[in-house]
Amino acid sequence: MLCDNCKERDAIINLTQVEHDSKVTLHLCEQCAQQKGVETGGAVLKSPLGNFLGAVVKGTAPGALVPASGDGLRCPACGSSLRDFRDSGRLGCDQCYVSFDSHLRDLLRRLHGSSQHVGERYEAPGDGAAPDDPRSRLLELKAQLRRAVEGENFELAAELRDRIRVLE
Amino acid sequence: MDLSLLPDGGMRWLDASGPKSTVVLSTRIRLARNVRGIPFSQKAKDSDRTAVLERVSEAAASSEHLSAAVAFHLDEMERPERQLLHERHLVSKELAGLEREARPRPGAALLVQDQVGVMVNEEDHLRLHGMWSGFDLEDAYGAVEAVDADLGRLVPFAFHHEFGYLTSCPTNAGTGLRASVLIHLPGLVLTKEINKVLQGLSQVGLTFRGLYGEGSEVVGNFFQLSNQTTLGKTEDELIDHLGKIVRQVVEYEEQARDVLLRTAPEEVEDKTWRAYGLLKHARRLSFEETMNLLSGVRLGVGLNLLPGPGVYTLNKLLIYTQPAHLAALDGRSTGDRELPTVRAAFVRRLLEAESS
Repeated sequence: MLCDNCKERDAIINLTQVEHDSKVTLHLCEQCAQQKGVETGGAVLKSPLGNFLGAVVKGTAPGALVPASGDGLRCPACGSSLRDFRDSGRLGCDQCYVSFDSHLRDLLRRLHGSSQHVGERYEAPGDGAAPDDPRSRLLELKAQLRRAVEGENFELAAELRDRIRVLE
Repeated sequence: MDLSLLPDGGMRWLDASGPKSTVVLSTRIRLARNVRGIPFSQKAKDSDRTAVLERVSEAAASSEHLSAAVAFHLDEMERPERQLLHERHLVSKELAGLEREARPRPGAALLVQDQVGVMVNEEDHLRLHGMWSGFDLEDAYGAVEAVDADLGRLVPFAFHHEFGYLTSCPTNAGTGLRASVLIHLPGLVLTKEINKVLQGLSQVGLTFRGLYGEGSEVVGNFFQLSNQTTLGKTEDELIDHLGKIVRQVVEYEEQARDVLLRTAPEEVEDKTWRAYGLLKHARRLSFEETMNLLSGVRLGVGLNLLPGPGVYTLNKLLIYTQPAHLAALDGRSTGDRELPTVRAAFVRRLLEAESS
């Protein structure tokens, strides 16, 4: 059967629409169906998925999100410049996070919605057995408080607020 | 190198013993860590890489969870062997030096013990990982976390009071955690609902990839769903969130299968029996076609439209019909033109063995 719209290609899709209380069935080829905004099997698997994958890949080039204004900055520990990071998306060493601190804080907020780590705290071997330093403990409690309020868990929020007061 | 050193080939997750294993093949956890004071891989010299490997190997030897680990030094292995490890999801393409003319770099290694392992000198100095059968985030995370605590006591990791664990790429900073599930969604693909679901994922902070992780294509209706952000939430929150969404996706998939069964029972039955028939009788099979047919059979088994094969056999076929595995089995090269014939013969043999 030929396509009702272009009358050239074979119809592969039956589009049923309700117009003025009566049912109308159109027989369409893939191209005309797409023009009418109907998702066809081929298109579903090829283009939108492809575009979506493309968008995901674009999202993984974090270097491009850093403004060029800081390009001249260099990390004294490894010699990498902020420009290197913009080009490669990779940092040179752990000290880069200190050297490019403000640029990375902005970037981390854009990537993750936050720059404050609230997960497990780590203490390296040989750093002494001192318990959590109060400053980071405080930051962690504040983050927990924010989440408790967001989650409307007010009982927990009250408890956290009291603990924060004690530390402050 | 001898892969038989790994008791179950490093793939216990294949056995389909985990929760929801007809829909969710496996659960994977990885934690990115770097050794404090040594340049990241972008800037590391060969001597830095060797130093990282030495420190990690030493720590592993005296650790609780990796003391009996098998070590694979990728820079000393031939390409087909490296490809085998990649096909088993034990090393990334990058670490195995499989990108075009690339070679693995000095110090590139994999340590594996039971279901957990460490990739050394990948994008980050350490990539701790574990793979579990079915949908099992808690067990997988528990095991990898134990290895992390173990090694972190012996090697100083790069950690920042505000930014958390420091990683080569800021997309992994904070927890360094990527939790992912490999999920089979033929129902959503056939009912054309898949795009809605995938687009919804990005709105809830998740992302999806193909069978082999980053940059890989979707084949056989297998999708890897994982968290996109790693900072600003605790490990438990990230895992709970992923778990919640995956449960929802599994539910959507089950609903889609119900719709298929209600609206087109004969077509679905025909499709899955045809797939089974082709796998049982074809004389030449490409890898992609095999994946698609396995997807059809898996759907049929999940819907009880086919009497067999078991999910374990289907999982084994996913791994062993890949080029390097077939080539190794038959003493050929991965580019051999006869591989499709070898593949079809292998599939027939495995399916016959199961039905006899």
